[in-house]
Amino acid sequence: MKQSTGRTLTISARRRRAAALFLAPMLLVLVLVAGWPLLRTLWFGFTDASLGDLAGARWIGFSNYLEWLSYGEGDGEWVGLLVDGEWWRAVWNTLVFTFITVSVETALGLVVAMVLNVRFPLRGLVRAAVLIPWAIPTVVSAKMWAWMLNDQFGIINDIGLKLGLISSPVAWIASADTAMVAVMLVDIWKSTPFMALLILAGLQMIPEDIYEAAKIDGVNPLVTFWRVTLPLAAPAIMVAVIFRALDALRVFDIIYVLTPNNAETRTMSVFVQENLFQFDQFAYGSAASTLLFLVIAFITLGYIRAARLNLG
Amino acid sequence: MKISRALTCLAAGATLATLASAASAADLQIVSGAVGRDIQVLRENLDRFEKMTGNKVTIVEMPSSSTDQFAQYRLWLSAGNSDIDVYRTDIIWAPQIAAHLLDLSKYEKAAAAAKEHFPSIIQSQTVNGKLVALPYYTDAPALFYRKDLLEKYKLDVPKTWDDLAKAAKTIQDGERKAGAGNFQGYVFQAAAYEGLTCNGLEWLVSHGAGHIVEADGTISVNNPKAAAALEQAASWIGTISPEGVLGYKEEEARGVWQTGNAAFMRNWPYAYALSNSDDSAVKGKFGVAALPSGGAGSAATLGGWNLAVSKYSKHPKEAVELVLFLTSAEAQKMRAIENNNLPTRPALYEDQEILKAQPSIGLWKDIFNNSTPRPSAATKADYNEVSKEFWDAVHATLAGKGSAKRNLARLEARLKRLKGSGWK
Repeated sequence: MKQSTGRTLTISARRRRAAALFLAPMLLVLVLVAGWPLLRTLWFGFTDASLGDLAGARWIGFSNYLEWLSYGEGDGEWVGLLVDGEWWRAVWNTLVFTFITVSVETALGLVVAMVLNVRFPLRGLVRAAVLIPWAIPTVVSAKMWAWMLNDQFGIINDIGLKLGLISSPVAWIASADTAMVAVMLVDIWKSTPFMALLILAGLQMIPEDIYEAAKIDGVNPLVTFWRVTLPLAAPAIMVAVIFRALDALRVFDIIYVLTPNNAETRTMSVFVQENLFQFDQFAYGSAASTLLFLVIAFITLGYIRAARLNLG
Repeated sequence: MKISRALTCLAAGATLATLASAASAADLQIVSGAVGRDIQVLRENLDRFEKMTGNKVTIVEMPSSSTDQFAQYRLWLSAGNSDIDVYRTDIIWAPQIAAHLLDLSKYEKAAAAAKEHFPSIIQSQTVNGKLVALPYYTDAPALFYRKDLLEKYKLDVPKTWDDLAKAAKTIQDGERKAGAGNFQGYVFQAAAYEGLTCNGLEWLVSHGAGHIVEADGTISVNNPKAAAALEQAASWIGTISPEGVLGYKEEEARGVWQTGNAAFMRNWPYAYALSNSDDSAVKGKFGVAALPSGGAGSAATLGGWNLAVSKYSKHPKEAVELVLFLTSAEAQKMRAIENNNLPTRPALYEDQEILKAQPSIGLWKDIFNNSTPRPSAATKADYNEVSKEFWDAVHATLAGKGSAKRNLARLEARLKRLKGSGWK
């Protein structure tokens, strides 16, 4: 009896060892492609590295994050990323951008997915057509929208003027009040199909017979939506939201093309890129990268907790 | 018999010679940003070079914003990228990337050629005694004005910014009343990028408000004259200039101007050739003049492009040849005639063919001679960030975010912090 217990243990131990062996190459690759750059960036954040001289980077501790700059005689000020207004403004811009775009995309995506889930003629064609905005490379669609939103030649202003919605052309991208709105609109246009697709997959998992049962019981369609569709599609929606949120938190390309160097729409990633490559501030940019990573990690963990997602 | 053998020998020799030259022919890559017809004109130059030398040259095309180009070039150079042999560099970049570029003065022909260009430009491309680039063309902006409209409204070419605002308002109101609802008084470059630094510097200097950072490194930007200059520019937005100028670079401004929808434009010489092309709505209807004064004379920011050879090039010899060819009198003359690119060789301003094809070249020479350099020499490797801080402050003021006074005080504080104990 004892022997056989020992034997099963050995088998499970052996299984675990085999699993570890099979996982090892993948883990090694992960460490190389994700872990190594991450650690390097972390390290550069604590040095005085410049892009021209990465090898000569020297350790300077937390100075990039926070340092007391003394003017002498007790006078001075705190400097560094943690007290940099521009950085926190970029964080704020990113959070606003993420919250609004992901919320709107989820709502619209749900509507589109429900429509596409109903049987109608040419459904396959419509499903493919809806995906077009997602399939266009971001740089191309951003450039396209830049022309459509142009204040003098743009079609959006032309339509608005002809319909009498606006009295004079609006400088959508250039004006401080509308730049962020314009960027968010383009992102929503582009990413809603992605949300719709993921939610549609969730909707298709719901068994037909539940709806049939609801129908036979004479349940109001709205109640069916709230009591059946939404709870059953919720896991898919939650996962879709986290995918989109991760994407939105590191948004770069749309903003870089549509409103480059504009303080109104400068996000964390744009801030990092400017410091890393445009200015001679590689170390400062690396420190910002590290904070960007932490901010995203923090938000993701918080979200998983709040949504009680079971990703494991 | 003997003759035929001699001929055979000759033929064999010739074949060998061709083979040898073919073997040494190199594939070169030149990277260049572009506005207007820059790339076509460069290609025509390169075709000639290819025919003369047997080398092949490919153009890697970049976006028109010099800010975007620079970020990419810095990345390539820092990574020791050997794919690009020749870079077209902005006049302000030399101190920031000099470490990655070949010292052209080590090449006899290049050192000799350098003496034929304007000394001030060669000076700007010399970093610690190292000649990092040869001038491709020089640039200085001017005020483009509609001759026909000034006549129609009986106005003179504006000499001061106040005159400009008044004239622009009169023409804009008149043209809009006549049915051109989209007509604009004045278009310029106010997107948040290097071009806004150029515009802003012109406003400052023409008001006698200093050069942001002076030659000795002192930060001079926070003064009442500078605030007045920026407030004046901010008053144009929404009155004589569309709010959209806050997103305009050179080409957007030219788009409005060349379709006949603006009375005045600030732009570089390249726009002159294009505005006079056959498909232009303003062909023959416009003139150029020095930019208006704010009380301390007219100011034009010195621009211009240069050609540098990467230290990481696999074909440095051929690349230097290419740079020499593209900066030669012949190539500069062709670009002056076709694209109104201002030559960097004083001798070409006396050239009859250029004078005939581009009669305005004399005016451009005067503007160039009086142009103001940006503080790139004083601020060294920090220049890009200084420029970004400046255009941020100007952009905020133009967009109505805070007063000029407050934005300049903030700018001064930020520049002081950046400078620390000295520009690096």
